Amino acid sequence: MADVTLKKTPPEHPEGLAGFVADWSSDQRTFKQVSWGKAMMWILLLSDTFIFGIFLVAYMVARSSTPETWPNASEVFALHIGGADMPLILIAIMTFVLISSSGTMAMAVNSAYRRARGPTALLMLVTALLGAGFVGMQAFEWSKLISEGVRPWGNPWGAEQFGASFFMITGFHGTHVTIGVIFLLLVAHRVWRGDFDLDRRSWLSRGNGDYESVEIMGLYWHFVDLVWVFIFAFFYLW
Amino acid sequence: MEQSSMEHQPQAATVGGTHEGQQHPIRLYLMVWGLLFVLSAASYLVDYMEFQGGLRWSLILIFMMLKAGLIVAVFMHMAWERLALGYAILLPPFIILVFVVIMVFESDYTLLTRLTEFATQ
Repeated sequence: MADVTLKKTPPEHPEGLAGFVADWSSDQRTFKQVSWGKAMMWILLLSDTFIFGIFLVAYMVARSSTPETWPNASEVFALHIGGADMPLILIAIMTFVLISSSGTMAMAVNSAYRRARGPTALLMLVTALLGAGFVGMQAFEWSKLISEGVRPWGNPWGAEQFGASFFMITGFHGTHVTIGVIFLLLVAHRVWRGDFDLDRRSWLSRGNGDYESVEIMGLYWHFVDLVWVFIFAFFYLW
Repeated sequence: MEQSSMEHQPQAATVGGTHEGQQHPIRLYLMVWGLLFVLSAASYLVDYMEFQGGLRWSLILIFMMLKAGLIVAVFMHMAWERLALGYAILLPPFIILVFVVIMVFESDYTLLTRLTEFATQ
């Protein structure tokens, strides 16, 4: 067999469009400088994008194909506070809570890459608490609407499809938030315990200060916030 | 989406030699956080001020896209990833727009048949 001299220098990765072409045609792994964990999380999020995309399209079809008037979200989701009706106020608070949780998550990722164990775990805990608060407010919103007579098959104010769309879309989003909260607590616990600083592999860590799992967790969490941006615009503001 | 368009590059906090970490200044995150607050408040105001029609929709969609862009680009670090990943993840969702167009025609037709066939008189 012929001797093969292995080049010790790492291969060059061109930037920009040339890099895009090179990566996809390289006959090797396509996603360079990205771990499999991160690439797979992105692919999961892409498929989730399609799921939520299809829910929103189904909602659009239900709404624009019915001759009945659609309930006015601004009034349906209003709260009576201090003698005045505040339109959409609960939804606005929920939006700010979720954005804040995204902020704390981004800070947690930053701390993780500085290998600051305490702050990372603490910021993830805050993120989980904000997420739990969001789910709590959603539970309140659901109970309020159910007590007012909203059902998947009807409601007091107009088109019957309103309830089905509402419960389906916000329910799936709430489920995502809940799963995120559970995983945040799990990962935060592991970070706090020092699992990511061991000099051997452990669950979620390749050892020796590999905190990438925190960033991957963050990707999921930011996606939950991202989906809410679209639900807020199309369901609550339409 | 050009990687060089941001003012700084990710520091190669390489762990295990397999990938690069995404280490960015906290100031940038705080700035985006603030911007998201402002944009959310603005889209809430669109509803509160009861803007209607084209103005309402263009404002809501602009604020929505700006928020989505900020989250994906900065919080999810897409601005610093290689284009191979960015295009693989960000282009496919545009297919949904085609689906939306198809379903707009479909629901127009359904509405028409409902209006003509479900006559209440």
